[in-house]
Amino acid sequence: MSRIAAAFREAEGPLFIGYTVAGDPDPGASVRIAASVLDAGADILELGVPFSDPVADGPVIQRAGIRALAAGTTPLGVFRMVREIRDLSEKPIVLLTYYNPVYRRGLARFYGEAAAAGVDGILAVDLPLEEADRARECAREHDLDQILLAAPTTGDARLARIVEAASGFLYLVSRTGVTGTREDLPDDLRGLIGRVKARGSVPVAVGFGISQPAHVRACAAAGADAVIVGSGIVGLVERHLADPPAMQRAIRAYIRRMKGAAGARK
Amino acid sequence: MTGSAERPAGVGRYGRFGGRYVPETLMEALIRLDGAFTRAMEDPAFRQDLTGLLTHYAGRPTPLTFCPNLSKRLALRVYLKREDLLHGGAHKLNNTLGQALLARSMGKGRIIAETGAGQHGVATAIAGARLGLPVEVYMGEVDIRRQALNVSRMELLGARVIPVASGTRTLKDAVNEALRDWVERVEDTFYLLGSIVGPHPYPLMVRTFQSVIGEEARRQILEREGRLPDTILACVGGGSNAIGIFHRFLADDVRLIGVEAGGEGLETGMHGASLCAGSPGVLHGALSYLLQDENGQVSDTHSIAAGLDYPGVGPELAHLRESGRMEAVSVTDRAAREAFSLLARTEGIVPAMESAHAIARLVEMAGELDRESVVVVNLSGRGDKDVEAPVGPV
Repeated sequence: MSRIAAAFREAEGPLFIGYTVAGDPDPGASVRIAASVLDAGADILELGVPFSDPVADGPVIQRAGIRALAAGTTPLGVFRMVREIRDLSEKPIVLLTYYNPVYRRGLARFYGEAAAAGVDGILAVDLPLEEADRARECAREHDLDQILLAAPTTGDARLARIVEAASGFLYLVSRTGVTGTREDLPDDLRGLIGRVKARGSVPVAVGFGISQPAHVRACAAAGADAVIVGSGIVGLVERHLADPPAMQRAIRAYIRRMKGAAGARK
Repeated sequence: MTGSAERPAGVGRYGRFGGRYVPETLMEALIRLDGAFTRAMEDPAFRQDLTGLLTHYAGRPTPLTFCPNLSKRLALRVYLKREDLLHGGAHKLNNTLGQALLARSMGKGRIIAETGAGQHGVATAIAGARLGLPVEVYMGEVDIRRQALNVSRMELLGARVIPVASGTRTLKDAVNEALRDWVERVEDTFYLLGSIVGPHPYPLMVRTFQSVIGEEARRQILEREGRLPDTILACVGGGSNAIGIFHRFLADDVRLIGVEAGGEGLETGMHGASLCAGSPGVLHGALSYLLQDENGQVSDTHSIAAGLDYPGVGPELAHLRESGRMEAVSVTDRAAREAFSLLARTEGIVPAMESAHAIARLVEMAGELDRESVVVVNLSGRGDKDVEAPVGPV
């Protein structure tokens, strides 16, 4: 069984998925940040591959990508970071990337190298189901989960096909818009999760705009199998760039608080 | 209007290029747009509305102008397809009127657009004003500075210009911001893309609305010369004016040449020549040729012409190039500047700096062509916006 499947099977409440940008603010610090995210309680690490044109991301993650690219982050560098994180933790690692760095490297090569480094799943933000046949094939060949996205705008017919094709978990985008912290969650989250659950048994991880413990509790109450927190963590990296120990403390405290809110279902 | 909307093979595929590489949030909107576009093109009332606007409002057909002085100088028979005379001053209005009509028929309350040189922004503002739809235009800060005239025009036409400070602060980043806006407000917003780039159905839709250029040019040259031209040249940024004039000639024995922005020279890396110097990659929703590094990061580009300052190109042109049907070449900023002045002095026509690239290539290759060859250049826009560029700082 894959690490991702095992994590969901053993879960008592919703899992906590923490996102950081690989190479932000530099490769060494990025590994330490990711390790802290896992050590402080995240169940799965989602590692962002920086891209020059991140159209699905808001300003916080855009700036993190710029820092990571300025520090010389490449796909090979990301795989090196994954190896280092893998030496410290056996928890699942998912790469979250835009498609072009994967396409440019070659799908078979990228997936092979990712698997060899210890990656468990790959999600390409701009690779919808209709374009993902080859990626899903490569994922199968290398025992990786190809994580797919669903959104509030996804219609029932496509949602059924996405749920059927999903592997590992389904990344459910909570709202229209780009990544970033928001004050409120959408009102109809329970309905949205219910639409997915009615079409299959794949675990549902809810992301976009989740940055406060109350959001985590609301997701848990709405039936989410996992919550994904990105900009909240990346924002702490940015705020404490000049003081790495304070950054580590802030991230650990934040993860513990958020993870605590995930605690028990209902 | 007679633009053909025959479907590319597969879902928006041109050979191996094209497709729909977008965040899931946009997928259903693109599928609905595709359906609405297809129905509109089959709807006689929609086509009649569009033809009416193009004829009585935009000024179609545009002339095909014989250039006696340039012809004599180059020992060719040179014609210009005068999209500079279209309302707004560029070919862009062909597409914005079509898409804005579609937006209205879909009940969208708001139009967003990206712009580089400002021509697409102006054309979108015009269409929005005429059809009563509010328009917001994303424009890079660098382009706002170098195309200030068009910023004023957009504002005068009632559009809101939103400066883009991210990335290279040019067209590429304006598209990024427009896409982010669309992801946020996909339900009530129509994204009016200005070129044959982006996810399906945009390349098909924009080509369909722009192919009126080639329909007219083909008819006009047959009337004037009694035969088809030997060669057609058009500048290529995203490629909408090029496909617009080329498409009707694809099945003909006519040489088609796309002229890209060579900037400071291809060897300097400071250019916008995706077909000449790029490699296959995915940007802004389509697989096409792309200027990128070995890790798949999109490269910075440079061109004196803001409308050509873009690292990608339409997937259909990538396919036409790869299949050998279209040649792709580039000319430098310097050559474009010279052609800009040359056309002004020899024919009394000030071309857009973008279109001046096609003129520049014609001048460079004139000696290689048979004497008295019939050549058509798509003069995609007028150059008022560029009048300071040849002497001022870039």
